[in-house]
Parts: sequence; structure tokens; C-alpha cells
Amino acid sequence: MTQNATSRRWKRPPFIQNPTLRWGLWVGAAIYLALAFGTMEVNWDRVAEGATRGQRFVAAFFPPDFVSRWDSIQDGILESLWMTITSTVIGIILSVPVGLGAARNLAYRPVYLFCRGILAVSRTFPEIILAIFFVKLFGFGPFAGFLALSVGTIGFYGKLLAEDIEDMDPVQAEAIKSVGAGWLQWLNYSVQPQVMPRMIGLGIYRLDINFRESAVVGIVGGGGIGATLLTSFDRYEFDSAAAILLVIIGIVMVLEYSSGYIRRWVQ
Amino acid sequence: MLRIEHLDKQYKTGDHALKDVNLEIPKGQVMALIGPSGAGKSTLIRCVNRLVEPSSGRIFLGDLELAHLGSSELRRARTRMGMIFQEYALVERLSVMENVLSGRLGYVGFWRSFFRKFPQSDIDEAFNLLQRVGLDHMADKRADELSGGQRQRVGICRALIQNPDLLLVDEPTASLDPKTSRQIMRLICELCEERQLAAIINIHDVLLAQMFARRIVGLQLGSIVYDGPPENLNAEVLTQIYGEEDWEATIEKVEEEDEELDTAALLNIAKVHPPS
Repeated sequence: MTQNATSRRWKRPPFIQNPTLRWGLWVGAAIYLALAFGTMEVNWDRVAEGATRGQRFVAAFFPPDFVSRWDSIQDGILESLWMTITSTVIGIILSVPVGLGAARNLAYRPVYLFCRGILAVSRTFPEIILAIFFVKLFGFGPFAGFLALSVGTIGFYGKLLAEDIEDMDPVQAEAIKSVGAGWLQWLNYSVQPQVMPRMIGLGIYRLDINFRESAVVGIVGGGGIGATLLTSFDRYEFDSAAAILLVIIGIVMVLEYSSGYIRRWVQ
Repeated sequence: MLRIEHLDKQYKTGDHALKDVNLEIPKGQVMALIGPSGAGKSTLIRCVNRLVEPSSGRIFLGDLELAHLGSSELRRARTRMGMIFQEYALVERLSVMENVLSGRLGYVGFWRSFFRKFPQSDIDEAFNLLQRVGLDHMADKRADELSGGQRQRVGICRALIQNPDLLLVDEPTASLDPKTSRQIMRLICELCEERQLAAIINIHDVLLAQMFARRIVGLQLGSIVYDGPPENLNAEVLTQIYGEEDWEATIEKVEEEDEELDTAALLNIAKVHPPS
């Protein structure tokens, strides 16, 4: 053996250097969780009741009835699709300038802060809050839903666009700048090719989200299939509600698969 | 062609990258700029086309003073300076042809470039250049499908289609193997000769610099410490530029290798006369 008498010991340095803080965090988290679960009130009688009620509820879904309310289902679906497509397109178009302005490597400081502000505000409110707000402003119907989803799309797409631009390869951008290209040409030749595949993918992903959200905004009066669903629940027509849910699931699955396919194709 | 007077660059971080640099490069001269990493080679050529803003000093391209141009004049001036980059800096998701034509962006309007409707003369020139570097059959390939040497050739085409007066070349061979490095250096020097271009070539490989350039400038900590022909680069000078090291091997090799190297590879490439 050629081992030294005093071989050096090695241990991976801990992520949090201060041992008091490191152990304090662990102990604190453990105490909080113990208290949180300890004080949870569960009334098992009610859970048991709820379970049987749930069984009846689910049983009422079968067989789903597509026929008797088919006209309003069809109207709701068409309205939801209209809302989905228009809000996605308008939202994306509006989010492009905001996203460009919110990229630190593109915009001057005041523009950057202003655009980041727009994104922060539109991301603060979930679509359902926005929908309640727009229903109050413009009344019931799909227009309120359309506005809510558009604003949501701006926040989502603008932020991701800005982040993708900030992550781009600066050397490719520098090269196009060095040939004497104008600002728009520079965007078109060096920024756009770098961010486009991801942005197409995200656009389709957003279309997918907007369809699902269109069912939610309907419940607060934003029109679309959500309104139809709510009506059928209110009338205790659970078999029609089941049909609506199945149609929603079907469309979401179609969008899901096609978005995955398209994203692989544009890479 | 290019005259640099009292050029000084201090970064916001406090690094004093260039200290009172004075240089003059006549038309048709290929100058190699050598020096250790951090000597300011990259900063120097980026100050010329203002990718980096100089702190003080004046830069003349012909009669045009570059250091104080406004943005639209700067854009016009940049069309006269072609730049070749270390990592090729091609736009990877654009085709070879689009990358070459992007060298004409300073000359065409936005909508023409947006719809890729470049003038026929630009397209002819692009095919000429691609043929000159042996890549005309790759025109519609995406840039990220090419090998390193091929990408650098496309980078050269992009710089040349600008029809520049000056080439700024930043470490063109740093990511290439030794053989490809020589081919690329030879190609750049031949094209400069044919078109009577002035060129500044940043290069850390002293051997390559000596082999291809007739003038060497040594930069050390932002100051010029050597300016002369490659033959006068001796151990003393290299020590001054890079620091203490055994330089004998570097100096001797040059004369032997210069003759025998692979001209063969480049002879395959069809030689087309550039438009005058």
C-alpha cells in the first residue's frame, strides 16, 4: 500500500454554508408540516356522505345524452372555438411588440420596465378573474370571454417571447448588425430565426390552453361551452353535462396530439 | 485605407482594453494582429465597426471618420466593412443562401429582404462566391447542417458579398482543425489579394500568422508592442508579447512548413474570377 499516513478527507460542500441556518430550515419545515396536518379538520361522516352522493352523481352521467341538447352543445362549441382562435391570434399579435420591448437585450431601460409592467399586470390575474371583470364591463357573452383570454395570452406569450429573446445567441445577432442591416432587418434575419420554432410551439400550446380556459370563463358569464355546461348543471341534466364534458375532452385531446406533432415538425 | 488614431477603450467594468493605439493599413494589405487572450485584439476590430463603442480616438475608413457617426451613417459605413467571426456566427436556422444574402441587407430595403426578393445581381454574386469556395451545391442547406470549415466559408461569402473595402477577421481558425485552418487562412488571403482588400486578422496562432500575413502587429495589454514583417518575430519579440517561454520551436518551423503544405485541397475548388 502506498497510502499516505495523512490522506486528505473530502466531502461535498453543503449548498447552505451556515449549519445553523441549514438545520434550522429543516426543523422549521418539519414543525410547520406537523402542525398543518395536525390541525386539519376532517369530518369523516361528511366524507362518507359525500362519497355516496358522488356515486349517485357519477351514475347520473350515464349514459351521456348527446341528442336532446345537441343544438346548444353545438352552438357552445362553435362559440368556444371562435373565442379560442380569435383570442389566440389577437393575443399573440399584441404580445409581439410587448415581448420585444420586454427583452433586456433589445429595449432601452424605460421601454423595458414599461413592457415588463404590462406583462406583470396581465399575468397577475388568472383568466377567470379577468373574465369576471370584463363581464361586469361589457355584459354577458363571448366578447367578454374573448377579451379575458386575449389579455391572458398577452401575458403568457409576451413573457415567454421576451425570455426566449434574452436567451438567444448574441453572436448571430452581432453578425447581422455588422453587415449594416436596419433594425427591422436585424429582427427578421437574426432574432426571428432563433426564436421562431419555440414560439410556434408555444402558440399552439396557448391555443390549447385558451380552449380549456374558454370552458372556464363561460361559467362566470363569458359565453362558450362553459355557459352551456353551467346551464345543463343548473337544470340537473347530468346526462347532457356528461356529453359536453366528453366533447371537451375529445377536442382537448385532438389539440394536445396535434400540438405535440407540430412542435416536433418545426424544430 | 484604414487609419486609427489614439484609439482608447475603457470598459464600464474598468478594464482598460486599448491604450492609445495608432495604426494605418493601406489598401490590399493583410495584417495579422497577434497577442495573448485579453490583449484587446477583439476589442480593437470591434471598435472599428463600432460593435464596441470606442472611449476616445479617431478611426478613418478612407476619408470617413467612423468613431462619431450617427446611426444611419454608421449603418452605411458598416456595409463597407466585412466581418468574419470566430464561431462563424452564421444564423443557424437560415439556409446557406440566406446567410450569404444577409451580407446585402445594408443595400436592400426591408420588404425586399423580408420576402427574400433580392436583386438578381445579388443572387448571381452569391452563387459566384459560393462556387468560389466550393459550396454552391449547398445553397439550400440549413447553416447548422454544415461542418466547421464549410460554415466558415459561408461566413467568408457573407462578408465578401458586402463588397467591402476592409475585412475584419476575428480568430477565423480558432475552432477549426489545423488543416482546415490553413485552407481558410489561405482562402481569406487569396480573396484579399484578388479584390485588393485591406484586412485585419486577429489570430492567436503565431505560426499561421507568420505563414500568411506580410505584416504582424503584436498587442499586449492594449498597447502595440510590435509592428513589422513576420521574419523579425524573434524570441525576444515573442517574449515581449506573450511573456517568457521557449520560442525556438515556433520560430524555426515556419520556413520549413510554408512550402510543402496542402495546396491540393484548395486546387479542387473551382476558381472563378470575382467581378471587378
